[in-house]
Amino acid sequence: MNFDLSDEQRMLRDQARRFLDEKGSVDAARTILEGDAPFDRSLWADMAELGWMATAIPEAYGGAGLSHEELCVIAEQLGLAIAPTPFSSSIYLAAEAILLAGSEEQKQRYLPLLAGGQTIGCVAVAEGVQRPGPADVKVRFEGGVLTGEKLPVADGDVADFAIVLARTGEGARDLSLVLADLDGVERTPVETVDPSRSHARFRFDGAAGALLGVAGDGWAVMERVFDRAAILFAFEQVGGAQACLDMATEYAKSRHAFGRPIGSFQAIKHKLADMYVALELARSNALYGAWALANDAPDLPTAAAAARVAAIQAYALASKENIQTHGGMGYTWEVDAQLYYRRAALLAQSVGGERRWKDKLISRLETRNVA
Amino acid sequence: MDFNDTPEEAEFRAEARAFLAANAEPKEPGKVFPVLYGADDLIDSAKPWQAKKFEAGLAGITVPKEYGGRGGTQMQQVIYSQEEANFLTPRGVYEVGLGMCVPVMLTYGTEEQKQRYVPPALRGEEVWCQLFSEPSAGSDLANLRMRAARDGDDWILNGQKIWTSVAHLADFGVIVTRSDPNVPKHKGLTYFFLDMKSPGIETRRIKQIAGTSNFNEVFFTDVRVPDSQRLGDVGDGWKVAITTLMNERVAVGDRAAPDFDDIFGLARELMLEDGPAVADPMVRDKLADWYIQTQGIRLTRFRTITALSRGERPGPESSINKVVNGTKRQQIAHFALDLMDMAGVVYDEDLMPMKALFQEAVLSSPRDRIAGGTDEILRNIIAERILGLPQDIRVDKDVPFNEVPGGDGGA
Ligand SMILES: Cc1cc2nc3c(=O)[nH]c(=O)nc-3n(C[C@H](O)[C@H](O)[C@H](O)COP(=O)(O)OP(=O)(O)OC[C@H]3O[C@@H](n4cnc5c(N)ncnc54)[C@H](O)[C@@H]3O)c2cc1C
Repeated sequence: MNFDLSDEQRMLRDQARRFLDEKGSVDAARTILEGDAPFDRSLWADMAELGWMATAIPEAYGGAGLSHEELCVIAEQLGLAIAPTPFSSSIYLAAEAILLAGSEEQKQRYLPLLAGGQTIGCVAVAEGVQRPGPADVKVRFEGGVLTGEKLPVADGDVADFAIVLARTGEGARDLSLVLADLDGVERTPVETVDPSRSHARFRFDGAAGALLGVAGDGWAVMERVFDRAAILFAFEQVGGAQACLDMATEYAKSRHAFGRPIGSFQAIKHKLADMYVALELARSNALYGAWALANDAPDLPTAAAAARVAAIQAYALASKENIQTHGGMGYTWEVDAQLYYRRAALLAQSVGGERRWKDKLISRLETRNVA
Repeated sequence: MDFNDTPEEAEFRAEARAFLAANAEPKEPGKVFPVLYGADDLIDSAKPWQAKKFEAGLAGITVPKEYGGRGGTQMQQVIYSQEEANFLTPRGVYEVGLGMCVPVMLTYGTEEQKQRYVPPALRGEEVWCQLFSEPSAGSDLANLRMRAARDGDDWILNGQKIWTSVAHLADFGVIVTRSDPNVPKHKGLTYFFLDMKSPGIETRRIKQIAGTSNFNEVFFTDVRVPDSQRLGDVGDGWKVAITTLMNERVAVGDRAAPDFDDIFGLARELMLEDGPAVADPMVRDKLADWYIQTQGIRLTRFRTITALSRGERPGPESSINKVVNGTKRQQIAHFALDLMDMAGVVYDEDLMPMKALFQEAVLSSPRDRIAGGTDEILRNIIAERILGLPQDIRVDKDVPFNEVPGGDGGA
């Protein structure tokens, strides 16, 4: 039994943490939140130099050829430091989609650029408030061109290409993935609950694209991409929840009321204990996801759904109760609690929300061959 | 990461499995051990089972060979517990003795005492109980009043213990007493073991919610305990007691039915208005919560095992396991009754799904949130020991026990 990070992985974790700390990643997130820049380009360049984007991309495509476990280690630190970069769109989503479904030529063309951070990719699935599921996808791909609207697209305003879920036939599931360079696509930034991560609205009016994978497989492939991304996002969420717990704990020790540290009041203590319990449950579920991802285990879909649900819950609890622990201070713009609260809310919906993933989890348990 | 055993671990696991397969019935969803926890005749099946484990070298896995144990590793203990959890075996007679009393005896007993008491405890010939709680001392254990007064080479004990599991079956017990009421409460305690047949001990059974009587009140009137049966120094009883309780937190909190698999199985079979319960979104929502908790605990245990095998400190499992499982088991039981609607109240093995497992658990699950440290105390422990938050204000901490309001009862 070896169910934890290895010594090398812990070293990587500590290095990543130190680097993000020295770079002032949390302050950078605030700068992005408050300013006009869509992401921190200098941080992105440094991350590329460290080879983070290359981590789990095979060497044959210009990557470092490490396992997804290492990528999970980095994801946790990005979450802990709420790094304001398009890492998740480019790596958890676009690179994974190309690895899963891309032709040899597409892999050769895109993966080395993604691995080096020179190119940013994104994935465009949602079309505003709609029935989640294949039936309501309206963007069409016909005669080699895309038409219709996508909203929101994480990092859509800064991406060089997008992987678009589009309709290629009339049946509910006649969907395909389309890889499109974004020239001639109308892209407008949209405000989200977390402006430290940029999002856009896409309007396609005849932009050219090429199939990624087999026509008609779009929904199934996207589900697989989302499973993989859900595990990586879960690590970001675990990192974020850890940061909230650390913040709340520190504050509870130093802030006094009624002549004693607020951390000596049980209402606060038990709150923090519950945050800790939720966090450790989420961490364990995420670790199992990392194992499943690195080994392409048959249990991956179940592991991903469990990791996602646990991570959403842990981060939601930790980010809310961190604010509560800080009292009025927690409600201010100035204190970083808001940054984590926003990020928790954002990540809770990326690749689909808790309700949907709980439903998937139970469906998968219903059909899984008992492992 | 991998989930593989080392060759030695695999060999031991195979041995444990073979033993269990040959001697016990495998657990399946909804199947429970035929004799209820705490039932009077539980001892009739528990005793021969313990003896079998002993013969197979699987009782006291971490206990040194010279005291009848296997001289094995903590890892082997964990592996055995994992395997036994897949079988229906009698629980509830020897856990206290083997989980708490034997380790204390091994730490604080003399060579002779260890030779005399440990092997029969492992074999199941002698039952042990833990006499800690009192009417005025549960969570606040150090508030206990059981008076121990020195008399030559003996101590004389007077007072009352309560909630003592298996005291009615016990041959021996460990006890914490107040030897000095003139010092603050944690400082005046002394720890002993004693013969439960000693003159002056009267045990009265207490009937529990579920109808069985597994715990007791134990009254002490001038009970003589030789000083040679003291464990630890005079006045050091708190330290010894804490050692015991640490063992308890590792010992308790094992997977108890019903768990996720049971409620999932029920939800797939039971029909609601629009089909099987599992198709109902509200049911799915709850199932998902319980799955991630069950799986989270199981996987956190793997982290603990990993830490053990790397020679590191065990992970957070022991503290979060009990907090999560107690509440979950109670919720699952009540939800199952809700799914059964008007018939959910029927508590009859022959009429109810899964032999009325859920009805039984409605009644017995409150125990899981109290015994071995209440939910609230466990949250305090997580907050104070793991997160490092300041202790509660303790008005009685530095005050001599006999000056604490309401504290001088035994003085
Ligand atoms: C089935 C069962 C078996 C048991 N077996 C044994 C045994 O073998 N030997 C033995 O010695 N004891 C045994 N006990 C006793 C058990 O250890 C105590 O019941 C437990 O520690 C709680 O103590 P109490 O009952 O005095 O409750 P109290 O301590 O009075 O607690 C009452 C309530 O107050 C809360 N509370 C108390 N202090 C605090 C605090 N500081 N902060 C927040 N909340 C607090 C508690 O959480 C609880 O909700 C057993 C109990 C049960 C139910």
